[in-house]
Amino acid sequence: MPQELSYLKESASQTAGPYVHIGLAPGAAGFDIYEHELGWDIAGPNAKGERIRIEGAVTDGMGSPIKDVLLEVWQANADGNFAHPEGGGPVEDGFRGWGRVITDFETGEWGFDTIKPGPCPGRNGGVQAPHLSLWLVSRGINIGLNTRMYFDDETDANAKDPVLNLIEWERRRATLIAKRRERDGKIVYRFDIKLQGEGETVFFDI
Amino acid sequence: MLKPGEYHQRDRDRQPPALTPDYKTSVSRSPQYALISLENTVSEITGPVFGQTDIDPLDKDLLHNYAKPGESAIGERIILHGRVLDENARPVPNTLIEIWQANAGGRYRHRKDTYLAPIDPNFGGCGRTLTDEEGYYHFRTVKPGAYPWRNRVNNWRPAHVHVSIFGSAFCQRLITQCYFEGDPLIPICPIVNTIPDPDAIAQLTAKLDLNATIPLDTIAYRFDIVLRGRRSTLFENRLEGN
Ligand SMILES: [Fe+3]
Repeated sequence: MPQELSYLKESASQTAGPYVHIGLAPGAAGFDIYEHELGWDIAGPNAKGERIRIEGAVTDGMGSPIKDVLLEVWQANADGNFAHPEGGGPVEDGFRGWGRVITDFETGEWGFDTIKPGPCPGRNGGVQAPHLSLWLVSRGINIGLNTRMYFDDETDANAKDPVLNLIEWERRRATLIAKRRERDGKIVYRFDIKLQGEGETVFFDI
Repeated sequence: MLKPGEYHQRDRDRQPPALTPDYKTSVSRSPQYALISLENTVSEITGPVFGQTDIDPLDKDLLHNYAKPGESAIGERIILHGRVLDENARPVPNTLIEIWQANAGGRYRHRKDTYLAPIDPNFGGCGRTLTDEEGYYHFRTVKPGAYPWRNRVNNWRPAHVHVSIFGSAFCQRLITQCYFEGDPLIPICPIVNTIPDPDAIAQLTAKLDLNATIPLDTIAYRFDIVLRGRRSTLFENRLEGN
């Protein structure tokens, strides 16, 4: 018998279920319990950079919007730094770069306010185009799905982005690119996520 | 200076696949294309940092965090405690754990839950805490009841507590469920059985911990959690394309 490796095994994931809001967004579940709900303020008041809103919906294999999704976002600041000891550099006071949002129970739409991140370092000295990392869970999703959102006004940076270029099918890269428009003087990006079927969003094993 | 090491790749053979037809909702919510494997970048090895100012000490006491003054939730009083480690068996300190659960009758305080078991006016059903420097955490709560759910006509969920953990990197993010030793509903639950590996199911089953009970007061269950670990940088990676 050879020696045994003594690594532990990662705990298995289970679906967040239909009542994820109770734990992670109790206000939305219909009751107030915590003094501070976490995750509604991503950038804080002092963040530099362009203030933007990001909106979308998550649809299933039938094309129906899913009304019990919880989505988390993780992003760099305008300088491309993350609010973390290994995040590359300082961030503004109050910038957390993390947020959490749920879909509307009636429409399935979600949206959050933040700032547009800057480009950040990639592997081996490369540069990554501005992007958000997204993680979504819901009933029927056994293990949280990871994806990324890029910006359609970053054509050059996107063309050179090492992660987008990892996706062999160029058509599928488009599923990760949000569309910019202006609404009432505000910059709004639209990013719809399709879990399955025609136009299925690219998901990553990170 | 050592470069921060990458995280061990997720062992997908131990994790539930996306498509698990016995859990019917997964059928239309499972991506059909293979996941694209991504080597870690700064976006994946960093993640949100939380501190004591984000939470309140009472948040981890579900018996009282929603109860009227002097009152407490109804049900079997339990301590749910354990340790968060990574795959290298190193403690994961100061990480946020959030839990949510049904009350002792199996009913959630949620606008969408219409099960006929009554709401407990003194039970909210959610709690949160940070692990200590050694990765330990504890909650006080009631043991949740089993409840029926729409899948096949007669499916019942085993008693369970939903658990969300951050770790220190976005790629460690995990949501799972904690079951309780000895529950006959565990082996027949379609959600439990999305996990292909029996050993991984056993790992999600909390064990009665008599040593941690408070005699004549509260019984204890132990639930340890393992998050992905990091590679130690023994040798510099060969640069791609060079
Ligand atoms: Fe549940």
